[in-house]
Amino acid sequence: MELTTEDYQSLFTSVTIILGTVMPAIAIGKIASTGLEAIGRNPEAAGDVKSTMILGVAFAEAIAIYALVVALIIKFV
Amino acid sequence: MHISIAAETVTHFLGLPISNSLIASFLTTFVLVAISYFATKNLKEVPKGIQNLFEVIIESLYNMIHDVTRDKKKTRAFFPVIATIFLFVIVSNWMGLMPGFATIGFYEEAEGGHEVLVSFLRSANSDLNTTLAIAIISVMSTQFMGIAALGFMKYSKKFLNFSSPIALFIGLLEIVSEIAKMISFSFRLFGNIFAGEVLLTVIMTIAPFVAPLPFMAMELFVGFIQALVFAMLTLVFMNIAVMPHEEH
Repeated sequence: MELTTEDYQSLFTSVTIILGTVMPAIAIGKIASTGLEAIGRNPEAAGDVKSTMILGVAFAEAIAIYALVVALIIKFV
Repeated sequence: MHISIAAETVTHFLGLPISNSLIASFLTTFVLVAISYFATKNLKEVPKGIQNLFEVIIESLYNMIHDVTRDKKKTRAFFPVIATIFLFVIVSNWMGLMPGFATIGFYEEAEGGHEVLVSFLRSANSDLNTTLAIAIISVMSTQFMGIAALGFMKYSKKFLNFSSPIALFIGLLEIVSEIAKMISFSFRLFGNIFAGEVLLTVIMTIAPFVAPLPFMAMELFVGFIQALVFAMLTLVFMNIAVMPHEEH
């Protein structure tokens, strides 16, 4: 079975984006769940926990964005 | 449908190429300057109208920064850079959703022979150059704030610590981490806004009426969140940079 360059491009775009969204999704889920648990245990520290949680989620999200950019580069460049 | 990662050149000015995202960022600056002119004309003690609206915005930004720094002096020192980053990013992101961006342009020969549409305006942060510039400003301001608060020798001890081999290694890792922050900032903003542009282009190619609306709403939200994240992360790193080195 002959695979052209375009076939490889599409294939690897999809693999990149699959791995690049599943793993950050799991990471963000873990961060958010730990954050919610911390707020539940200690409602007074809610402000602190909230800011740190948003920070952590932003870092994890950025990794997903790297994967998206690489996928777009593979597909369109 | 043509998607290009690099911003397309629209024209040349004195030999320098002017890209469509550069025109959009000029427009953003112009809008911000015009708004601040009109908001500060005839300043009143009891604000009304547009001055009132901007006092609300400035005050909420101030409170957000104060929540993190908990120190009036630090808040006053950090406020200009953080607020500028936030306002520039949010205004350029939201302006990129206006009609005319990525849709009004001229046709150009691309490689492969077929014609592609080069639009006159393209969201300013969908160009890696703009986001890299803002990221460099953010990281360099952090270093500047650290040096201003701690003094050059004490601040450089965070990076070049000769007390033990492990400390030296950690210090060098900190330098790498600063470079990684620049890359991370620029790619986070670029990726979000560029992916939004690609998404909107694809949706409008498939179903241009009514269907883009939820995606436009999502882009409004994403534009706001990315501005907030950029400003908050800069703020947190600045806060860490001015903290004196903790004794273990």
